[in-house]
Amino acid sequence: MATTPSVLKPDHGSSRKHFIFTEEHDQLRESIHRFVVAELAPHAEEWEQTTFPDSVIHRMGELGFLGLSMPEAYGGQGGDYFCNLVLAEEMSYSRCGGLTMGVAVHTDMAMPPIHLFGTEEQKQEWLVPAIKGEKILCLGITEPDAGSDVAGIKTRAVYDEANDEYVINGSKTFITNGHRADVIVLVTKTDPDAGHGGITLFLVPMDLPGVIREKKLEKLGMHASDTALLAFQDVRVPASAMLGEKGKGFYHISWELQGERLIGAAGSVAGAQRVFEQTLKYAQERQAFGRPIGNFQVIRHKFAEMATKIETARQMVYTTAWRFNNGEYPVREISIAKLYASRIGCEVADEAIQIHGGAGYMKEYGVERAWRDTRLNRIGAGTDEIMLEVIGRSYGL
Amino acid sequence: VSSVLPTPSERRLLPPFTDEHEQLRESIRRFIVNEVAPHAQEWEDARWFPDELFGEFARHGFLGLKYPTEYGGQGGDHLHEAILCEELVHAQSGGVGAGIGAHINIATPPVFKFGTEDQKQRYLVPAIAGKKIAALGITEPDAGSDVASIRTLAKKVDGGYVVNGSKMFITNGVRADFVVMAVKTTGEGGHHGISFLIVDTDQPGYSASKIEKLGWHASDTALISLEDVVVPEENLLGEENQGFYLIMANFQWERLIMALGAVAAMQRCFDVTLKYALERKAFGREIGHFQVIRHKFAEMAVTIETARAMTYHALRLFHEGTDAVREVTMAKLATQRAAFDVADECLQIHGGNGYMVEYGIERAARDLRLGPIGGGTDEIMKEILGKTMGL
Repeated sequence: MATTPSVLKPDHGSSRKHFIFTEEHDQLRESIHRFVVAELAPHAEEWEQTTFPDSVIHRMGELGFLGLSMPEAYGGQGGDYFCNLVLAEEMSYSRCGGLTMGVAVHTDMAMPPIHLFGTEEQKQEWLVPAIKGEKILCLGITEPDAGSDVAGIKTRAVYDEANDEYVINGSKTFITNGHRADVIVLVTKTDPDAGHGGITLFLVPMDLPGVIREKKLEKLGMHASDTALLAFQDVRVPASAMLGEKGKGFYHISWELQGERLIGAAGSVAGAQRVFEQTLKYAQERQAFGRPIGNFQVIRHKFAEMATKIETARQMVYTTAWRFNNGEYPVREISIAKLYASRIGCEVADEAIQIHGGAGYMKEYGVERAWRDTRLNRIGAGTDEIMLEVIGRSYGL
Repeated sequence: VSSVLPTPSERRLLPPFTDEHEQLRESIRRFIVNEVAPHAQEWEDARWFPDELFGEFARHGFLGLKYPTEYGGQGGDHLHEAILCEELVHAQSGGVGAGIGAHINIATPPVFKFGTEDQKQRYLVPAIAGKKIAALGITEPDAGSDVASIRTLAKKVDGGYVVNGSKMFITNGVRADFVVMAVKTTGEGGHHGISFLIVDTDQPGYSASKIEKLGWHASDTALISLEDVVVPEENLLGEENQGFYLIMANFQWERLIMALGAVAAMQRCFDVTLKYALERKAFGREIGHFQVIRHKFAEMAVTIETARAMTYHALRLFHEGTDAVREVTMAKLATQRAAFDVADECLQIHGGNGYMVEYGIERAARDLRLGPIGGGTDEIMKEILGKTMGL
């Protein structure tokens, strides 16, 4: 039974630990947070203009942050999936969505398939230096004419029996890290008539002849990240560059997408939380009509609604991560978490601008940047509409 | 696919629940589906479920799941009762859930927590046994969310109190044998002048009349009038003028239960409607296979699963004994309007059938509309959350 003081004056600041996290996760969180605030956040504004430097990846490799859940045998930290969640959450304090995305593509999009489906040789060649931060990874799925409809990609890999090589032709677009990457996990068609069953992955070094980094794409937000349009013209790779099984690329990628979506969801929630905190502070300081604007009832209720959405999204992400870490394959829940977290991220960022008023529209406060950055989450790694399709189909509809 | 993907492990129950709880859940479900649900329509029409239902629940031990065995309870904890409150939605009658829920979740807990041994023997033991029906009386015609402004006055006299005033929206108010009632014991003091009395309803001067409602038709909702009702001093519950504390002490559980019930109710509506959409044909195919309907289900699934994640988080914290006001308030806020919205969407998917009584969806929608009002309105929830943030 609760004691009288705690019922009438509950301790809202009392610590609560979520059951998925241990002391080790807390320590990891602290050390990542310290690094992000000290070494990344101060450069956010500058990197919005220049994109972030490769040295960030090298530095994070040195600190051991790039292979948190990778086996120690490959230079990873041997942690669980929750460690990646912690990284995704703390990266939001860099206040730089483009940087967060660039790192996440390296650690949570391109790296997992190499680890899971790669040969020992491929792991030594790419995974080990990627964990160290010496090599940068990217992932090539989307094409100018094929986005959500992955089976519609046209990039071809044709087997050249004489040389035991594959010859690759095609183009990829919206490729994060595309300009800086040393290697791309490339989704190709080896059998154009086989639909999903004709898709195969390759590890293609980006310095091969015929790999053309066409242009840096200008975007609404995520300005610190480099986003490429790539062309592949008669690029020849040895058959040993194939990642995973021939014709199984779609399934490899489908699996990879699950982890990526959940990490994206965690990032959305953390981004919303950061903007929320900044806006709360603003509302407690900014005066209008003789009092802090946060003390007006209508503003107070905006905060109550935002806090509820953020906490609800966070619990959805944590619960789903728990399932994922248990080895379940919770596609429905991941899609729900991704969809809901992306949406509330956008809603919170927009409400934050509104509460900031004119100041929110100005660059200086960084809220408009968060608004622009977070808008991508409802499109990238599967649009809201694709998530709804996945969820609906999971019920046999 | 299996050859290229890791084999997924089996789905686990979401904490705080474990396999140990599943047996209880099954037995409650069996009872509700077989013994209660078949009568739902009849009781809705009668605007009343029989008092004997309390006895039925008691025979299975369901009125005392969280109470110690020495009082006739099952010796379980809040999680066991949480299961009951989730399963109650299968009665398909918000009114039945409300009547049973008021008895176990809001009326008897203050007696257990703050009652003297004598009070527990006289009220809690028969309530757990289903022999006495309990109600909680706080709201008045002129005081709802603003509890401090209640006006029912208990005047101290030799050996007890004389109570005058009225109480409104009291679930079980007509049929109750006793009402755990908030009264003013001093004229001033706002929060500090409130005390709780256990009022026997067979006292002269106590009268109750039924109120007609939008939903919850099977439940007994009363306007209670008290004219010179004598309450002996041994029926003072807790300390005099400390009644506000009693109110606050059980709010978290009440709200948590409402959140759990709303999630379970949404899930039930969803399941029923999914089945319908996979059978009902239009334009040559099952309506569930139209993209817009598929997306409606997906949207509802998002609402339900996120609401569940939030609610179970609050439940875990509450169960561990954390001050979880923030999370419980969020859970209530995140679930009540959501449940009504889901029921309304289910009604829409049912089309004309959804508007008919036969399918039970219109009843669910009406019943769930109370959620954003009862147990503290959505607006009050936002006020509380604002306060936790220092606003």
